[in-house]
Amino acid sequence: MTMTTASTATAEKLIDVQAVSRVFPKANGDDLLVLENVDLTIRSGEIVGLLGRSGSGKSTLLRIIAGLSSPSSGVALYRGKPISGPPKGLAMVFQSFALFPWLTVLQNVELGLEALGIDADERRSRALEAIDLIGLDGFESAYPKELSGGMRQRVGFARALVVHPDIMLMDEPFSALDVLTAETLRTDIIDLWVEGRLPMQSVLIVTHNIEEAVLMCDRILVFSSNPGRIASEIKVDLPHPRNRLDPVFRKLVDSIYAHMTRREEPKTTADTGIPGTGVGMVLNPVSTNEMAGLLEALAAEPFHGRADLPVLADRLQMEADELFHLAETLQLLRLANLSEGDLLLTDAGKIFTGLGTDDRKKLFAHYADETLKAVVAWARYAELFAFDENADMFSLENPE
Amino acid sequence: MVFQNVKPAAVGRGLVPNVFDIAAIVLVFGFLVLIAYGVDQADGSLSAMAGSPISLDAWHLPEYALRTTLRMLAAMVWSLAFTFVYATVAAKSRRAEIVLIPILDILQSVPILGFLTFTVAFFMGLFPGRVLGAELACVFAIFTSQAWNMTFSMYQSLRNVPKDLEEVSQSFHLSPWQRFWHLDVSFAMPGLVWNAMMSMSGGWFFVVASEAITVGDTTVTLPGVGSYVAEAIHQQNLYAVGWAVLTMLAVIVAYDQLLFRPIVAWADKFRVEQTASGEAPSSWVLDLFRQTRFLRALSLMITDALSGIGRWRLRLPPVPRLTFRLPLSTRLIDGLWLAVVIVGTLMIGFEVVRFVGASLSLADVGEAVGKGVLTLTRVLVLIALATLVWVPIGVWVGLRPRVAERVQPLAQFLAAFPANIAFPAVVMLIVSFNLNANIWLSPLMILGTQWYILFNVIAGASAFPSDLRDAAASFHLTGWRWWRNVILPGIFPYYVTGAITASGGSWNAAIVAEAASWGSHKLTATGLGSYIAEATAAGNFPRVVLGIAVMSFFVTLTNRLVWRPLYGYAERRLRIA
Repeated sequence: MTMTTASTATAEKLIDVQAVSRVFPKANGDDLLVLENVDLTIRSGEIVGLLGRSGSGKSTLLRIIAGLSSPSSGVALYRGKPISGPPKGLAMVFQSFALFPWLTVLQNVELGLEALGIDADERRSRALEAIDLIGLDGFESAYPKELSGGMRQRVGFARALVVHPDIMLMDEPFSALDVLTAETLRTDIIDLWVEGRLPMQSVLIVTHNIEEAVLMCDRILVFSSNPGRIASEIKVDLPHPRNRLDPVFRKLVDSIYAHMTRREEPKTTADTGIPGTGVGMVLNPVSTNEMAGLLEALAAEPFHGRADLPVLADRLQMEADELFHLAETLQLLRLANLSEGDLLLTDAGKIFTGLGTDDRKKLFAHYADETLKAVVAWARYAELFAFDENADMFSLENPE
Repeated sequence: MVFQNVKPAAVGRGLVPNVFDIAAIVLVFGFLVLIAYGVDQADGSLSAMAGSPISLDAWHLPEYALRTTLRMLAAMVWSLAFTFVYATVAAKSRRAEIVLIPILDILQSVPILGFLTFTVAFFMGLFPGRVLGAELACVFAIFTSQAWNMTFSMYQSLRNVPKDLEEVSQSFHLSPWQRFWHLDVSFAMPGLVWNAMMSMSGGWFFVVASEAITVGDTTVTLPGVGSYVAEAIHQQNLYAVGWAVLTMLAVIVAYDQLLFRPIVAWADKFRVEQTASGEAPSSWVLDLFRQTRFLRALSLMITDALSGIGRWRLRLPPVPRLTFRLPLSTRLIDGLWLAVVIVGTLMIGFEVVRFVGASLSLADVGEAVGKGVLTLTRVLVLIALATLVWVPIGVWVGLRPRVAERVQPLAQFLAAFPANIAFPAVVMLIVSFNLNANIWLSPLMILGTQWYILFNVIAGASAFPSDLRDAAASFHLTGWRWWRNVILPGIFPYYVTGAITASGGSWNAAIVAEAASWGSHKLTATGLGSYIAEATAAGNFPRVVLGIAVMSFFVTLTNRLVWRPLYGYAERRLRIA
């Protein structure tokens, strides 16, 4: 919304995150750097989106702000005070809804008020008001398991609204819902926000869905992965309600797609550089069926070997994140190339799609066999497992 | 019939014993010895009871039944309180956990009826010459039969509280007290209700056994169904036994319909299941309370008052997280804690050996172990026989939903029925036909516990996926092949659950089954059960301690060497998700 974005410069600083990093210990004793040196401010009156692929640390950042996790270094401030434990004034909406199954809708919504020690009458009237606002009238005495996913998340929203927070934190609130339900709920929330009927001053939303971010946010912070960093900040000045088919909207989505597939290395030529390579590169566990399926879809109508990623994702009904993993693996195998948000079939990929099942297997077997030798050698070097060449036997005992 | 397959507590933990298991054994028996020692010192506190003698008039039975039931309920209240505190401390404090959980593991393998000796003496010592002491001892005996598996179930639930709900409680600022009721207790509820039901079922056996008990030359008789049966045995009155059986039937039916069915139906809402699936359990009593205006108002008033407790914003002291601001690393504190546990264990262990060693020699230990092997043989043979009989029947029943619907409640009912009430009938037969007590007393051990095998197998067969059955039929799998490849693996996890309960119960029953009497006829089967029973009757505390220790050892050993591996295998390989 233009009005709110215009006022952000002068508005009050609610959240101030300075140079926050977060390290998790791994099982083997090493440290995994999930967030590195992240700065973020949230002022009143804006909807800020944290957009990134899974494992980019965006949820970790949200949890640090929510007081559910603490930074390894750096500080997170809420209204100028360091966050230790969940601050009052923040309310969270969970991806899994996280409703208490043994409490009715009304009891679930009242829960946060109970904890604040608000007396029964006020509790009841505020809860009913929130339930009414979010469109759950008539379901007050239902249990969560009687409700559909969309209704359950509405309860999640009502529970967060009823405590009248300054900021509402949303952790992928729509990703557990089907497409239509998610869209309806998103629109309802945005409408209430634009009409000024929601009690909070700001919203922080974590998502991996690019269109969702562009649809809802005033400001989008795009995260890069391994370790999580803020790669870029994108302002969205489109007025609400936003139209997905608006050319400006499409252009914005396309540019974010391009941005997210490009990752850190800005210029790579198709043959020599592969994004994300290095000693920390990990092969994504991608199914061969899905790879073959994607190649075939790419080779066929209407793409003829070149596809725009958002269009492809839409057509194949895949999350952007899944598609990235697949596309990158194909790129690694030189069966396809990623460039500027497009996926291109290489000559090798064309040959692959022309082969029958047995020939494809032979092709894979040839490469997999070679690769396996390297993997065995490397893993033995890293003392992950032992391999007895005479017996052709792997073992986890005493890796030498 | 609603059946939840709940993991039996005996197999919840790892296989390999560690230092804490040993510490737990020593601590438990140290405590027993302490009590016995105290009783020895205060000699004469076991004065004769001034209770009214039991009348065999059948008209007294309703009153006796009521008193028996009240003892059960009193014990249940204590068990719940114990469960809440013990399980919470164990689940929230790592240092407490490493001691508390092994202790619980040992406690549940200690034969409850062996406890009686000590508890009666102890409580009578607290209230010399008064009925209250004996009442407390009886309630305590029932408590020990109910509490452990409930505590285990709660502990396991607390360890598995869904992370997102935990975060909601944190993020919405629930106080520890609010969190305890809204989250911890609520989440643990289904397992707790199921285990409480199993506990109550098992409890009838112990209430009957502990109402009339002789320790040394003191006989304690509390008015109740158990004492009534004891008196009937004494007077060789078979009619009175019949009346007692009928009374017990009525009591268990009433308890099931009026108490447990409503609670199970009510507790259904606590099941963490995001979709409404399957048939919800129902109870006509609960429906009555929900649908009748007056009763509804009444129940609303009570539930409002009760849920008010959960709303208090009481600031509990943060559960034993002792935060010394000393410059000590956690590792150092752990080390100190370990040292305290080990030193304490050694000291108590020394006392136990001194107490038992004062009057017993190694030969006594040998005798107890030898008799333990005899009883072990009985238990294994009986479980095998019960398996051969009940598995085919259970499968047949379980695959026919109509039949299962009728048979399943019956099997659960039989499991709850205190088999020791029916013992006199069998004992009388053995006396009149002059049979070998060593063989024919044995079936009594499994009389009450075999039903656990039956109803678990029925539950397993009912839950067997119909598509797998159809697949088996369409590929013409029949006969032995069908049993071996289709149904036996399908019901195996359920069978193991039932067999564990049955075998644990049989060990306990051995104490009453191996030494039975009918009037002046005393029958004894050589075994560890009769060893403990005789030592109890003679008031020989060191021998009782030895007998209990050996029995606990055997129970723990079978649990670890037989049941846990089987259960682990069933969980890993044969669980149909």
